[in-house]
Amino acid sequence: MTDAQNSTGLSIFSPPEGAPALFSYTLHLADTALILGQRNSEWCGHGPVLEQDIAITNISLDLLGQSRNFYQYAAALYNDFSTQEKEQVNHYIPRLWKAYNREINEDDLAFLRDENQYLNLLLTELPKGDWAQTILRELFISAFQFYQYSQLQNISDAALAAIAEKSIKEVTYHVRWSSEWVIRLGDGTAESNRRLQQALTELWPYTGELFIPASYEMQLIKKGFGTDVRSIKNNWLKKVEAVFTEATLSFPSGGGREGASWYQQGGKEGQHTEYMGYLLAEMQYLQKTFPNVVW
Amino acid sequence: MRMPVLNAETIFDDKINAEIRIEPKDWMPEKYRQTLIRQISQHAHSEIVGMLPEGNWITRAPSLKRKQILLAKVQDEAGHGLYLYSAAETLGISRDEMIEQLHSGKAKYSSIFNYPTLTWADIGAIGWLVDGAAIMNQVPLCRASYGPYSRAMIRVCKEESFHQRQGFEILLVLCQGTEDQKKMAQDALNRWWWPSLMMFGPHDSDSMHSEQSMKWKIKRFSNDELRQRFVDMIAEQAKVLDLTLPDADLKWNEVRSHYDFGKINWEEFWNVVNGNGPCNKQRLEARKNAWNDGAWVREAAAAHAEKRAIRNTVKVA
Repeated sequence: MTDAQNSTGLSIFSPPEGAPALFSYTLHLADTALILGQRNSEWCGHGPVLEQDIAITNISLDLLGQSRNFYQYAAALYNDFSTQEKEQVNHYIPRLWKAYNREINEDDLAFLRDENQYLNLLLTELPKGDWAQTILRELFISAFQFYQYSQLQNISDAALAAIAEKSIKEVTYHVRWSSEWVIRLGDGTAESNRRLQQALTELWPYTGELFIPASYEMQLIKKGFGTDVRSIKNNWLKKVEAVFTEATLSFPSGGGREGASWYQQGGKEGQHTEYMGYLLAEMQYLQKTFPNVVW
Repeated sequence: MRMPVLNAETIFDDKINAEIRIEPKDWMPEKYRQTLIRQISQHAHSEIVGMLPEGNWITRAPSLKRKQILLAKVQDEAGHGLYLYSAAETLGISRDEMIEQLHSGKAKYSSIFNYPTLTWADIGAIGWLVDGAAIMNQVPLCRASYGPYSRAMIRVCKEESFHQRQGFEILLVLCQGTEDQKKMAQDALNRWWWPSLMMFGPHDSDSMHSEQSMKWKIKRFSNDELRQRFVDMIAEQAKVLDLTLPDADLKWNEVRSHYDFGKINWEEFWNVVNGNGPCNKQRLEARKNAWNDGAWVREAAAAHAEKRAIRNTVKVA
């Protein structure tokens, strides 16, 4: 990308060779929001109590909205790319779209890629589990997004900064809501405490990936992009610890500040869990059955 | 001179006649109260069970925009359920009791939700026909004599008319799309048309609760009147979509200034009402599962609230 403006008229942080990394990074943000939104939306109509059915659906809607903003930006970036830049991100571009002979759009990116072209955090694709798993994951991701978007608000890429600024208001609420629920379940009954502790054991190994920069993030960091997930870890841990203390939860052995001995990772580079294929098969069904039609 | 003693029933009747709303603290005949509890809770349950057939397509919605609209719509229905449960609670029944009645089968919900959503076009058909029929039924309820019900219905109706337009628009896009999409739309209409006509309930001559409800101004128009209005409206809108209503007897009647239409299969209607519809079992199971699986969550929330209250009391002391 050599132009300082993209089709949306917003200036883009991009020395020419940085644009493909920016595209991949934007996809990563979009995929993380979409896949978590998709998982949370499974609760709609099945929540433990009506008010919370509405609340979790709200969060899904916020995440979906965020993902749309990111996908639209990614599509705008791509459509403005030079042939050479397009070549550099070719491995993330859906095969089906290539036969469509038109500009790429948010839905092509969201619905048509192969599993290994998605760059979301593994944590987001795990099954929704019970209410304890859902709200604990929501705390982990929303607290992470809070610090991530806080940094993004201040970067020189105006489009991403604007999306982050808008999203952070929503994410602030997600953090509050999920913290309250973690505390409620941790401090509630023996049963709820046990379930929450169980959820923690299952989810904790997936939290390490949040703070390990992917290849495209490293490229941006080297260019002085202004956001680095490694620098978020401490604040994130502090927030999570504070909630855990109030919830009378203890870190799994090997967890906490000293870190676990082993973390699951790969999602940000396109290597997913076995759950992901099923999620995509369901989500992509109509777009793949009836290619390139208007819905 | 002594003030004439007005008996409570006279005051109630006078208010009804003068179109003054009955409020929760007012005296009301026990049967009026029971009728309202039955009707409002049935309506609330319909909103909640109604989330299921459409919810069936949330994870498969064909675009990000459609997914957002559908999710927001189903969430609106949860909101309607919430207002309506609250309105019913003003009559002296708790939400838990109402939910218990739904699960035991004592309380009913709209039978339309016992039909399956088989394709994406069903989401359009539900918005257009089911929400369309619901609006026909519900707009007059904005003037129902019981205050909390009529106020809840004003909010519900605003959102429902939006949903109906969204449903129509889903079908419009399909009908202007590929041949496969148009077929999908016609197939959905074929399956949802007759069940939507049944939503207005039995013919006036066979309707159990209608007459008293009309007197109490809970109900303003008869089932058959509303059904006719619905047919007249949809028959015109179907032309815009270029879809065919699956009724060979449907035709404009100059003399009546209404559309004539074919016979409704009441045997099917009563079977679905009485539990033999294609999805009665799944719908109720899904609701019971959500409730039972959520029991530990509700208990935890209650336990935490209690502990916190005690801690706060100790702090204050």
